[in-house]
Amino acid sequence: MRYVTVFILSMIFWLLITFSFTVSNIVAGAAAAALTSAIFGRYYFHNVGKFLQPKRWFWFLVYLVTFIRECIKANFDVAYRVLHPAMPIRPGIVKVKTTLRSDFARTLLANSITMTPGTITVDIIGDEMYIHWIFIRSEDPAVYSRMVTGRFEEYIKKFAE
Amino acid sequence: MTSFLNILLYIQIALCAACLYRIVRGPTIPDRMVGIDIFGILVVGICGIISVLTDKAFILDIGIAWVILSFIGTLTLAKYLSGKKLNE
Amino acid sequence: MAALILISVGVLFNLFGCLGLLRLPDMYNRLQAATKCVTLGCCSILLGVMFHYGLGSAGFRALVAIPVLFFTATVAAHALVRGAYHFGTKMDKRSVKDDYSEIVK
Repeated sequence: MRYVTVFILSMIFWLLITFSFTVSNIVAGAAAAALTSAIFGRYYFHNVGKFLQPKRWFWFLVYLVTFIRECIKANFDVAYRVLHPAMPIRPGIVKVKTTLRSDFARTLLANSITMTPGTITVDIIGDEMYIHWIFIRSEDPAVYSRMVTGRFEEYIKKFAE
Repeated sequence: MTSFLNILLYIQIALCAACLYRIVRGPTIPDRMVGIDIFGILVVGICGIISVLTDKAFILDIGIAWVILSFIGTLTLAKYLSGKKLNE
Repeated sequence: MAALILISVGVLFNLFGCLGLLRLPDMYNRLQAATKCVTLGCCSILLGVMFHYGLGSAGFRALVAIPVLFFTATVAAHALVRGAYHFGTKMDKRSVKDDYSEIVK
C-alpha cells in the first residue's frame, strides 16, 4: 500500500514538471516512478489511509495559511533587526519539550520553527528540541515554549499524528 | 519592463557578490559554508529572472536541478563539519 | 504587472537577507537571517515567474519549485547549524543562554 502511494505521488510530480500527456512521456514517467517507489517506498508512513480523511486536509489548509503569515512576519522581523543601527539581538539556545510522537510530525514542526520569526531548530533528542533564538524574550520555560511552538503544535497534531 | 528586470538581475548578482565576500573573508569555516548555502539559493532567483527576461521556460528546469544539487552539497559540508565519515 | 511587483518584493527580501549575512556578529545569527529572508525572497520570485507565464507548462514548473526550495533550504540550514555546533563554533558574547552545551560535552 505504501509503495502505491509513493508511486502515485511521484507520478503526479513528474506530470507537473514535464506537463505533456503523450504516451511515451507517461510510460517514461511510470518507469521512473516505479523505480523511485521500489527504492524509497519502505521509508514512507505506515498507514496511508490518513490521506483520505477530509478533516486532516482542512486542518492542513489552516496550518498552511498560518504558516505563510508567520513566514512573512519573520521577514519583517529580520529586516527590522538588520536595518536597526544598534542591532537589537539577545541570542541563545533554549530547550523546549514537544508532545508530538511521529517522525513526520516532528520534522514538520522543526521546519515550521525554522521559518517563524527569530528561531531555528538545532537538534531533536528524545522529546526535547534545542532551538536557537535570536532575541530571548523571557527566561521562564513555560512561557517561552508556548512562544516558540505557538499554534503550530496543535495544528500539526490534528493533521499529521 | 525589460530594463527594470535587468536592474533587478544586476541587484541579484550584486547580492551573490556579497555572499562571495562572506566566503572569502569569513572568520571561521562554518561562516564560509553559510555563504555557500545562501549562494546556492540566490542562483535559483537568478534563474527565474533570466527565464522571464528571455521567455525560455527550460531555465526553470535548471533552477530545480540546482536546488537539489546545492542541497546535497550543503548536507555533505554539514557532515564534514560534525566530524563524521560520509557513510555514517 | 503582478509578476513584476512580486519579483521586486523578492529581490528586496533577498537584499535584507544578504545585509544580515554581512552585518550580524556570529555564524548562528547570520545563518538564521539569511536563510529566512533568502528562501522567502526566492519563493516570491518564483511566484512572480508563475504569474508571468500563467498556469501552463512553465507555470506549473515554477509552482513545483517552491515547495522543493522550502524543504531543501530549511533542512540544509538545520544540518548546517547542528554541524557547526559540533564543530565547536563559539557563540557571540552577547548570548545569554546555552542549553545545548550540556549535550555536546
